[in-house]
Amino acid sequence: MTDELKTLKNKNLLGMADLDRDETELILDTASGLKEINFRPIKKVPTLQGRTQINLFFEPSTRTRTSFEIAGKRLGADTINFSASTSSLVKGETLIDTAKNIEAMVPDILVIRHSAAGAPYLLSQHLDCPIINAGDGAHEHPSQALLDIFTVREKKGKIDGLKLAIVGDIAHSRVARSDVMGFTKMGASVVVAGPSTLMPPEIERLGCETANSIDEAIEGADVVIMLRIQLERFETSPLPSLREYSELWGLNTKNVELTAPGAIIMHPGPINRGVEISPEVADGRRSVILDQVQNGVAVRMALLYLLTRRTTQNE
Amino acid sequence: MESEMGESKTVMDYGRIATSLDRMAAQIRECNPGNPDLVFVGIRARGDYLATRLADRVSKAEGRDIPLGALDIGLYRDDADKVIPEVRASEIPGSLEAKVVVLVDDVLFTGRTIRAALDALMNYGRPQKIELAVLVDRGHRELPIQPNYVGLTVETSVVDKVEVNMSEDGKKDSVIIRKK
Amino acid sequence: MSSERIKRIHGGRVIDPAVNLDASLDILIENGRIKSLINTNTDFPGVTEKIDVSGKILTPGLIDMHTHLREPGQEYKEGIENGTKAAASGGITSVACMANTDPVNDNGSVTDFIIRRAAEFGYARVYPIGAVSKSLAGVELSEMGELAAAGCVAFSDDGNTIMNAELMRCALEYARDLDKCIIVHAEDLNLLRGGVMHEGSVGTQMGLPGAPSSSEEVIVARDIILSRMTGAPVHFAHISTAGSVELIRKAKEDGVPVTAETCPHYFTMTHQAVLGYNTRARVNPPLREDSDVEAIKNGLKEGVLDCIASDHAPHARHEKEVEFERAMPGISGIETILGLTLTLVDDGTLSLIEAIEKLTVVPARIIGIESGTLSRGAPADITVIDMEKEWTVKTENFISKGKFTPFEGMKLKGRAVATFINGEEINIERE
Repeated sequence: MTDELKTLKNKNLLGMADLDRDETELILDTASGLKEINFRPIKKVPTLQGRTQINLFFEPSTRTRTSFEIAGKRLGADTINFSASTSSLVKGETLIDTAKNIEAMVPDILVIRHSAAGAPYLLSQHLDCPIINAGDGAHEHPSQALLDIFTVREKKGKIDGLKLAIVGDIAHSRVARSDVMGFTKMGASVVVAGPSTLMPPEIERLGCETANSIDEAIEGADVVIMLRIQLERFETSPLPSLREYSELWGLNTKNVELTAPGAIIMHPGPINRGVEISPEVADGRRSVILDQVQNGVAVRMALLYLLTRRTTQNE
Repeated sequence: MESEMGESKTVMDYGRIATSLDRMAAQIRECNPGNPDLVFVGIRARGDYLATRLADRVSKAEGRDIPLGALDIGLYRDDADKVIPEVRASEIPGSLEAKVVVLVDDVLFTGRTIRAALDALMNYGRPQKIELAVLVDRGHRELPIQPNYVGLTVETSVVDKVEVNMSEDGKKDSVIIRKK
Repeated sequence: MSSERIKRIHGGRVIDPAVNLDASLDILIENGRIKSLINTNTDFPGVTEKIDVSGKILTPGLIDMHTHLREPGQEYKEGIENGTKAAASGGITSVACMANTDPVNDNGSVTDFIIRRAAEFGYARVYPIGAVSKSLAGVELSEMGELAAAGCVAFSDDGNTIMNAELMRCALEYARDLDKCIIVHAEDLNLLRGGVMHEGSVGTQMGLPGAPSSSEEVIVARDIILSRMTGAPVHFAHISTAGSVELIRKAKEDGVPVTAETCPHYFTMTHQAVLGYNTRARVNPPLREDSDVEAIKNGLKEGVLDCIASDHAPHARHEKEVEFERAMPGISGIETILGLTLTLVDDGTLSLIEAIEKLTVVPARIIGIESGTLSRGAPADITVIDMEKEWTVKTENFISKGKFTPFEGMKLKGRAVATFINGEEINIERE
């Protein structure tokens, strides 16, 4: 049996910006291999046995954290969850101090989510432990982009040449940034669309195009990714109401017909039924939203596997 | 590929392999006559090809389809510090609960691969019985593991390489010992 | 002592923009004031002390009209003693310090405290700038009369912007009565949108909220109009955008009594410096784009931007070594302002005398102080500059407690080697 010593270049996975196409494919292929573990009667392999994975979540997130937790546990790792609300951050401890205290307990890998863009980069300069970015502010969410790419590859067989549309609050979306970078790297053409008040300046520099309406964006698209819209976070509201947003920018049974035959609909979740996506489309035949969730575990298993084992190999 | 250093010796050729597999299939049938719970699982790589060939023989002889699976044991290896195995999916047909599993590999050496495979199989249910079929037993066991069905037992030195070529990989069926 | 002590500073090249002077002359100092400038070779009897500055440039003591000394209340960041020491190291003999201390300098007793502390411990002259509004809250006017009487040279809510135009109008009229200008920190707090850097392609890439150039420009436009309306002088602090330069140019053409300053980081760096979440480059207003840098340089060249100030904003390590969004904005700039200003001479944007003008006579005029010239009778505040001295910016060697600047590691040419105040050399350890 030949063992291929393929590995990722960096010890951390901080963003899609840092991965090249080969590395992305390695992650996807590894995830393919690991996916079936999730369907066995005994969903465990011993490959990360004795390794400690700490999920450092400074921003609440049950879904992503659970996904990383299940991924680690199924690979046999000991996973610990550390969430900001119960931590000493509230007592005024700095991020670096918190992380260093955790590192003193010798974890093998840290999964970090933080509301401040760049927090994982800051930590990577002060810690030796491998770090996976599970979302930093509006900057990147690489594991989401990777599971999105995995899902598209699984459903459509390939990424090259596909037309992809991302619709929603692009300005505040780390998923959008990671998806744009990831999918363009894999050969798809990406167009983003949303209300101008929620469109960041010069987004085209990341490799995508912009459209002025949802219809324009999704026409002929092979893949449509709808983003969640949240109004609570804004001081001065960029939109008058969710109702109007839904009217002008929502995906429904009417405009979904503009997509290419065989198009698939995705959403990073959680979905706002009736706002950015109508219930019929969310539950419809084109929707692969639940596949995304399933693939999320496999992709995160691949990341944990490749990064934890990478360190071991180089010790 | 010729080894530059020592000699190489072909211990099994196409014909010999076929005959051995015929015999092994017959032995398996003899020990598990008409057993409806029989399942063949081959260890990647090449163990899966051998399992397919054995399953075929038994299927033809008994006139029924024998379930067949392939196992990837990369995630179970205990030499984790030295290699990062490429991960490929295992394909096991259904649960192995209460089944009679014939585990198939090409070469039995230290026994560690088989140990890893036994761990892996257990995650698919609790088999009734697991038997081991290998094409070549080259000795030098490091664990107390032994095969139920063997194609050929050969004496080798620990540093020798035992090379198994199969037509499924586009090569001529053969087993070659390359001495150092 | 009845005998006069006359000091002679010998062998230097004197540059005094106030009188358009650039010549090899010696300076005679008596009783802390400039007695006269004489030919290097001319004898002058009665000189009791001679200081050789051959090969060096002599300028009026440099004036930095925008600094944060952090005293009272935040001495851990700097303090008057250390801040003025750092200023001296940078060749600065006079600093104006902003009111956003703790407590805020919005009443006479804080002003008095600052002045007394500076007199006792300072290594440079300190001119307090008083708050326009109480607690810098932008709601009620502070007692500017009391502040002026206590020694404030101007008023500013720097750090904050007065968003209420009616209050700003009143402030301008009130300050005009006191013959003092208001220094405007122009940032529309709503348009800012919580921006932590410039709104543009780099911010988009980094997922950081951005402050658009317009957040500065709308206030510049508003206060130009209010200055025109009230006839009151307005000085714009730290101008950072091309649009602001345009507005100020037009205002000056129309005779509106506005002046403006910019800081070295706005004519040398862009938002690219933030890449990698570099908190050394986090500053308000933020670093902008190449086109803005060009416009700032042109603005200085044409005199639309009158002077250069450091906006020296020291912060402690635990305030900078954090997530970018939580990092305190500010660059420790007082020790690099001269070296960075000289890069404008290097690349031909300004002549040497023009550059020195922006650090001497112009700020002196804006805040209404006596310094800024080497004319007869002026206080003998002198900066001695070695134009050939090459040095590297290393914050570990900074006297300032503020060790965070995006210029870390940069090589500069030209450095102050001595400062004199009232004819007395300021003794500090120099590298």
